Amino acid sequence: MGKIDKTQEEYQKLIKKHQPQGSPIRNFFAAYLVGGLICVFGQFVLNTLQGAGLSMADASAYNTIILLFIGGLLTGLGVYDEIAQFAGAGSIVPITGFANAIVSPAMEYRQDGYILGLGANIYSIAGPVLTYGMLTAFLIGVIKLLIF
Amino acid sequence: MKKLGKQTMEFVNPPQFMSAASIVGNKESKGPIGDYFDEVISDGYNKQKTWDQAQIKMTSDLLDSLLDKAKLSKDDIDCLIAGDLLNQMVASNFAVRDFPTPFLGVYGACSTMIEAVAIGGVMIDGGGVNQIIAFTSSHYQATERQYRTPNEYGDKYPPFKQRTVTGAGGVIMSNTQGGVQLREATLGKVVDLGVADPRDMGSAMAPAAADTLLQHFEDTGRDPSYYDLILTGDLGELGKKLTKELLEETGCHLGDNYDDCGVLIYNSKQKVGAGGSGCGCSAVVLASYVLPQLMYGHLKRVLILGTGALLNPTLSLQGETIPSIAHAVTLESTGHLVEGIGRKKIQNKLADKIEVAKIEALNGNGG
Repeated sequence: MGKIDKTQEEYQKLIKKHQPQGSPIRNFFAAYLVGGLICVFGQFVLNTLQGAGLSMADASAYNTIILLFIGGLLTGLGVYDEIAQFAGAGSIVPITGFANAIVSPAMEYRQDGYILGLGANIYSIAGPVLTYGMLTAFLIGVIKLLIF
Repeated sequence: MKKLGKQTMEFVNPPQFMSAASIVGNKESKGPIGDYFDEVISDGYNKQKTWDQAQIKMTSDLLDSLLDKAKLSKDDIDCLIAGDLLNQMVASNFAVRDFPTPFLGVYGACSTMIEAVAIGGVMIDGGGVNQIIAFTSSHYQATERQYRTPNEYGDKYPPFKQRTVTGAGGVIMSNTQGGVQLREATLGKVVDLGVADPRDMGSAMAPAAADTLLQHFEDTGRDPSYYDLILTGDLGELGKKLTKELLEETGCHLGDNYDDCGVLIYNSKQKVGAGGSGCGCSAVVLASYVLPQLMYGHLKRVLILGTGALLNPTLSLQGETIPSIAHAVTLESTGHLVEGIGRKKIQNKLADKIEVAKIEALNGNGG
């Protein structure tokens, strides 16, 4: 019997051969379906609020609050991560996904206390989004200042 | 004790297994070998405030159960050998705060159980101790939180990701007659073939498992068919395939007698990706499934490997790969029955099978 004589590249090839991958087409349609449904629901809420006599600006603000609440609630009930196993990006990209990214670390780190546990770690997932969101906004602002 | 080849130790006075126990989570108790486990915890919190505390409680309950089953007291134990995946191995050393016994903390990631058994074997065979407990545990939520993202965060898992087993498993080993004996131990070296994806532990560990297996066969001069069962710790479906193929390429053929604890512990409908992982995975399978089968003679010789991915989340962020390790021990039945191994229901079931087998053999001879 010999030794295992493989380079890292050869081993990567072997892994690729055996590693099961989800179907990209299935992922695409699952994301489209769930992401689309969340958007349709958002539109429905927006139209209903406007129908009730709210201005466009007020209706959008309430709509955002309602969607964030639902995302947070489903996370708390332990359902949102199950939906994500089917939906992939379809449940991460809409604003309900942002609620999930804030509420899930809050639930997780509550065990370590409200200040240094929850307080310190609540942005552990959403932090990068906020940081680079602000950086991008700043850069776009600079570009606007220079060009226009 | 005797050195065999390069990395193997043969126990001249084979240490004996007196007691074996396991406590698992709900999901594990509903898997294919769920009936074998001694106790099931109610939920992730195990009546505690935090997941870490839940794992500590599960571990200390396991120690009580081990002693109970063998009708031993804490004073009969000379040393405790254990480790786990939580930082500073809190699930092990916090659980033994009230134990009036020396404690040895060992870390081999998910290979910890087999590492502890090997070390305990050396101490017993060397005559330095009479009786030891080797144990370990893992907990899905507590581990997930330390190594990955928060539990309720909705990221999609790839189909090759494994699920950390919630479970604590342990054994009491002794220098007096037991139900199963420890024959050899092959200690593994750290192997790294450049896998860097922390979601893909099976691929990271397979080369370490294959390396230790090859070394074991070389050191002992045996081939895989010598064993009734060869069991790797927690490679999952993917790691199992890769180990087989890596060995195949060197001319070593693993047949139907090869399986993996991570594959055994869940069924395909439990949505666990490639199977189980974690320290508890090989520990509960060893304690509650393999040892009773050996004691009742359904298996005669077993080679079991603990496979550990020495993953570090910080170094992983810094772009490092995942070094891995695998330790192996060989177990044989002694022909004696002890009360501490297997739960009552399983003991009856396994014993019945023996009677049936004996009667069939008698009939066969008569005809």
